[in-house]
Amino acid sequence: MTVHTTAQRSMKVEQLSGGDMLIRALHDEGVEMIYGYPGGAVLHIYDAIFNQDKVEHILVRHEQAATHAADGYARATGKPGVVLVTSGPGATNAITGIATAFMDSIPMIVISGQVDSSLIGSDGFQETDMVGISRPIVKHSFMVQNPEDIPMIVKKAFHIATTGRPGPVVIDIPKDATDPSKKFKYQYPESVKLRSYSVPGKGHTGQIKKAVELLLAAKRPVLYTGGGVVQGNGSDLLRELARKLDFPVTNTLMGLGAYPATDRQFLGMLGMHGTYEANMAMHFSDVVLGIGVRFDDRVTNAVSKFCPGAKILHIDIDPASISKTVAADVPIVGSVTCVLEEMLELIKLSETRVDSKSLDLWWKQIDGWREKDSLKVIPADNDVIKPQQVIQSLYEITKGEAYVSSDVGQHQMFAAQYYKFDEPRRWINSGGLGTMGFGFPAAMGVQLAFPDAVSVCVTGEGSFQMNLQELATCLQYQLPIKIVCLNNQALGMVKQWQDMQYGGRYSHSTYAESLPDFVKLAEAYGHVGVRIEKLSDLNTKMTEAFALKDRLVFIDVMVDPMEHVYPMAIKGGAMKDMYLSKTERT
Amino acid sequence: MRHIISILLENEPGALSRVVGLFSQRNYNIESLTVAPTDDRTLSRLTITTIGDDRKIEQITKHLNKLIDVVKLVDLTEGAHIERELMLIKVKATGAQRDEVKRTADIFRGQIVDVTNTIYSIQLVGTSEKLDGFLAAISGTTVLEVARTGVSGISRGEKVLSV
Repeated sequence: MTVHTTAQRSMKVEQLSGGDMLIRALHDEGVEMIYGYPGGAVLHIYDAIFNQDKVEHILVRHEQAATHAADGYARATGKPGVVLVTSGPGATNAITGIATAFMDSIPMIVISGQVDSSLIGSDGFQETDMVGISRPIVKHSFMVQNPEDIPMIVKKAFHIATTGRPGPVVIDIPKDATDPSKKFKYQYPESVKLRSYSVPGKGHTGQIKKAVELLLAAKRPVLYTGGGVVQGNGSDLLRELARKLDFPVTNTLMGLGAYPATDRQFLGMLGMHGTYEANMAMHFSDVVLGIGVRFDDRVTNAVSKFCPGAKILHIDIDPASISKTVAADVPIVGSVTCVLEEMLELIKLSETRVDSKSLDLWWKQIDGWREKDSLKVIPADNDVIKPQQVIQSLYEITKGEAYVSSDVGQHQMFAAQYYKFDEPRRWINSGGLGTMGFGFPAAMGVQLAFPDAVSVCVTGEGSFQMNLQELATCLQYQLPIKIVCLNNQALGMVKQWQDMQYGGRYSHSTYAESLPDFVKLAEAYGHVGVRIEKLSDLNTKMTEAFALKDRLVFIDVMVDPMEHVYPMAIKGGAMKDMYLSKTERT
Repeated sequence: MRHIISILLENEPGALSRVVGLFSQRNYNIESLTVAPTDDRTLSRLTITTIGDDRKIEQITKHLNKLIDVVKLVDLTEGAHIERELMLIKVKATGAQRDEVKRTADIFRGQIVDVTNTIYSIQLVGTSEKLDGFLAAISGTTVLEVARTGVSGISRGEKVLSV
């Protein structure tokens, strides 16, 4: 007994305040960086940050940007992004970013301050029910009731956010729980066990066998792969599988980079603005293997007409994603790496080989569709820049190696179509929620994670204005992001739909007269601004801008305002039903 | 089709709102809901009746299972089960109606649990269908108040919902 207590004493269990425990727990969890904005309810926590140097805090200029920056960091690194905001407006400002991360299954921890526990429910100053407001858009949330629970809650939060189908987790902390004068025994838990939460690993072997049999017998197969392959780090295995089978591969908007875009077997992105060959191959396939995808409405078009002749095999870590919109013939719940490893093993052991005769015919048909060249760019004849040409130029100048964060709209689709991502985690965009204002702060998170990498934000003059205050953050932390603004002086995607479906009535989608001078704006924040107006200047000026390695450069490219994104799915049709240009449809 | 889903839920603040929120968020319908702690104080048992085709019910159970606070659940309607609901009903009981209401209550094995000169308060236990049947049977009477608990249920035989 005596020996025991002596041993305990010699371990020197530290006594820490709630605020100190929180920051220490983050450090013990391996967090290097948090994104946040101080305020009343988190002042104790900010003081704890001040008193240490292990966890770096990045001060943004708006809480929404903190969440997007953490999100960009998470997407690029695969590590969870961490956000710290104050109560009330700090918390509500974070909501859009939490929803963005939730829709795209991004691991994120959002720590929000809360009023003193004695004031909760009394409509105190800067009080809002953060757990309630965020409930539908989080994987889980915690409200700290006792300061001594902080280490365990942090441990649980990271476990939940990063395992299974990842997602954001909110920790709401009343101010009194971080009171520096109240100290508690600190010990970071080594493991965590939640009786109601288990993480799927291996898939059901019987189902995987069934899937492999169908794949090997397939005559017109397609691998349809998405964000789950990126998030689940299954990219190498996907490549191995595709090459072994010689099957065509298409990626969703969220999955770009999971399979190399420059590879012969890659059909391009599928879906609403997918390539002709990708959508045609899907429609006429006899076996579709969906990996880490969710049969989103932006992919399937009318579900009733989706892939009429295909058996659907679906691998996902989230059982609720399977047979949600499209019924799976062979559902497989498991992690992408476990299931693909097992699949590869079974293929190796199988005596059956792929039906190469049918595959040859299938590839011939696909090559026929490829001849349509649905992404060909027809240059304008008066030195006007087509938006697609900007992305092509960006691709060449950065040799396809940049991290490209995108906002939402036409520029996002052009970037997805024309920047050929060969590696996962290079394409950072808000696919599910479609959050304008996401791209720029996300590019900050990327740049902070990889200071030496080229971090590009492809944006439009609409999206950029939703979070432009972050130009100040970029100056403070010397982030040499390259912002490529496809400036068409309008909300391009809205305008495109108005052109196509509303008789060209541009209801509140144009504002050319009131646009700021982005070059001066960048300069006002201490950065470099460049304007490019002529195609003949495009490559030179872009090259010059990218040569400024230590500076943030805002590249304002004036592009053809009338350009549309094509191909475009025809609403209510099958995947084969597309507009290919303003005058041509399938 | 009507389904009865029984859930073992962590008995924690906010857990119930996650379940209820899920239903409204995903446009699922809650017909009735009962909830109370079990013999294990760390767990609540919650019973929801909802209506939907097989696909919808599959989605509902999958999404419920995803909630961290949901420890275990069962769709009782998938197998043989017992369901009960309790109803307290206050009716006007004067004149000829006074005997008639009592007779009907007896037929439905209801108990009159409170009496005044003009009012009967009746307690009735059974399936929701039976309670509906009783309400229909006394439709000629003035019903002053109805309080129903919603359905609670349990599987028949050896099948057990426990941790």
